[in-house]
Amino acid sequence: MSILVNKDTKVIVQGFTGKEGSFHAEQCLAYGTKIVGGVTPNKGGTEHLGQPVFNTVKEAVSSTGATVSMIFVPPAFVADAVMEAADAGIELAVIITEGAPVRDMQAAKAYATKHNMKTIGPNCPGIITAEECKIGIMPGMIFKKGNIGLISKSGTLTYEGANQVVKEGFGISTAVGIGGDPIIGLSYKQLLAMFEEDSETQAIVMIGEIGGDLEIQAAAFIKENIKKPVVAFIAGQTAPKGKRMGHAGAIVSGGAGTAAEKMAALEEAGVKVVVSPADIGKAVAEVLAK
Amino acid sequence: MNIHEYQAKQIFAKYGVPTPKGIMAESVEQAVTNAKELGGPIWVVKAQIHAGGRGLGGGVKLAKSIDEVRTLSEEILGMTLVTHQTGPEGKLVQKLYIEDGADIKDELYLGVVLDRAREMPVIMASTEGGMAIEDVAHDTPEKIIKVAVDPAIGFQGFHGRELVFGLGITDKVEQGKFIKLAAALYKLYLENDAEMIEINPLIKTGEGDFIALDGKMGFDDSALGRHPDIEAMRDISEEDADEREASEYGLSYVSLDGEIGCMVNGAGLAMGTMDTINYMGGTPANFLDVGGSANAQTVAKGFEIILKNPNVKAIFVNIFGGIVRCDRIANGILEATKLVDVHVPVIVRLDGTNAPEAAEILKKANIANVIAATDLADGAAKAVAAAKQAK
Repeated sequence: MSILVNKDTKVIVQGFTGKEGSFHAEQCLAYGTKIVGGVTPNKGGTEHLGQPVFNTVKEAVSSTGATVSMIFVPPAFVADAVMEAADAGIELAVIITEGAPVRDMQAAKAYATKHNMKTIGPNCPGIITAEECKIGIMPGMIFKKGNIGLISKSGTLTYEGANQVVKEGFGISTAVGIGGDPIIGLSYKQLLAMFEEDSETQAIVMIGEIGGDLEIQAAAFIKENIKKPVVAFIAGQTAPKGKRMGHAGAIVSGGAGTAAEKMAALEEAGVKVVVSPADIGKAVAEVLAK
Repeated sequence: MNIHEYQAKQIFAKYGVPTPKGIMAESVEQAVTNAKELGGPIWVVKAQIHAGGRGLGGGVKLAKSIDEVRTLSEEILGMTLVTHQTGPEGKLVQKLYIEDGADIKDELYLGVVLDRAREMPVIMASTEGGMAIEDVAHDTPEKIIKVAVDPAIGFQGFHGRELVFGLGITDKVEQGKFIKLAAALYKLYLENDAEMIEINPLIKTGEGDFIALDGKMGFDDSALGRHPDIEAMRDISEEDADEREASEYGLSYVSLDGEIGCMVNGAGLAMGTMDTINYMGGTPANFLDVGGSANAQTVAKGFEIILKNPNVKAIFVNIFGGIVRCDRIANGILEATKLVDVHVPVIVRLDGTNAPEAAEILKKANIANVIAATDLADGAAKAVAAAKQAK
């Protein structure tokens, strides 16, 4: 098992024929992901990367049976694409695009929720179930199959964390990059619950950062609901207040959303919190040895 | 993107949010002319910088004559204003706003921000105007009324009632005025993709009118493309020159006060690198995310910007190569050291795709001040040691 996606998951790509969409769809196909088609308006009826191209998500879904969409459209069109996917009955939209306006995502997420469509991202590396299905832009080869679930707001910290887990002799069940924007889809809470249920996952690594309170909510949830060991790292302990650190959502505003308060809440919930991302692998080995 | 008070007030005017009359000035003479045009008898001379706390820092002063407007303008224009939001280095005052004095009975607070937990805008109001809202939130959180407004339904009557009853506004005419103002502010927030609007203080006059005495606005950078009128209000002299230069090259840079320059791909890993340096007893000189491409040009630009900071004693290049292969990044780093004179030790950690090949390339190049590291911990330790040695 794994969470959300596996070797049988059928995926379409919105923004299939664009530069980014093409490049990454090709990488995903090479990884073994069942990409069964894509959507680019006015290119319907053609073929791209050996897969059919459709004008609308509805057409793509009805002729391929896809349940997941990977979205690469430019920022200004992200909300439209997400809502189209929800309207067409897609179950999970993975939004890779960075720079979508916050107001657009607010509306798009509200609409997706109404249609029971889960979303991951935006501004994220995507999701990967090791050695089965990669939906995103992460380097597939570092995710060796194993029993550690990984949830992260940051792309490169996802790779760093996975790499260390593998170097310690373990592997990854599923890794999810949830994105660094102020409004994102699936968050720690929902994913922690899925990993708790997943028989393949033995421990969970969660990587957070400054800004917002998702990690605090996660801490409260872990305390009540999660029995599996959790290792956490929060980036930005040395970040100055009021400055945006790369990600749109990574900002300590009005003294709230600091790394210190998140680390304290997680520790209080029984999570093994590391001070440097360099210690993630060792911490995983430690909690599993217990 | 943030704008000045005088610009925020221009936007307020469009939405029917009342403000005192005022005119922006870039010289003392202009300030005096503006004051004469406004007529008096009381004027306020206000420094225009992108930071709060201007009054406490001495950047907002009351004038009772034209002569006083002149004296105060001479004093404030060109001063370096230090407030709790500018940092100790302060900000140079390059513009003034000359405004009519107002008859203040009560000072309130009114603002709109995104509530990230509820995923919708929230209107915040308080009877404790004129103070830093962070302090009110900390000391007396019950004095802040929060009303989240779902854009799917928009600002409704009940939102308004929650606000006025929460604030204890009992006069029906005043209630109507306040609700109209709050609704206008919400509309402004949504229509312009604002990130934050703050009126502090929002005053109530002796006649029971509500007037925005101050105005602060920030906008979602990702949405500026559809608001050319807002984008035209950008004042680049208010932004950090290095941060701006970096952003022109697709780099995300924030300067800090330590000694170890950092060049990293990805915002999370960049913060994690700073944290690791700190954990190992060093101090990071900056946050720098070179993004996904990390080629010779972006790396060279990164070196250039980092080395502008005279405190930098060593540079830690920490790249986790994913889609971009490490061997290509290694070549990029070598090329960059030819483009820029890098006079401090550079510790390079390349991990991910083709990492062994990258290590080989760096080894073969055999450049005196380029030191290879095997992983994040090793790299941070070597950078901290190099910085200490340079002292």
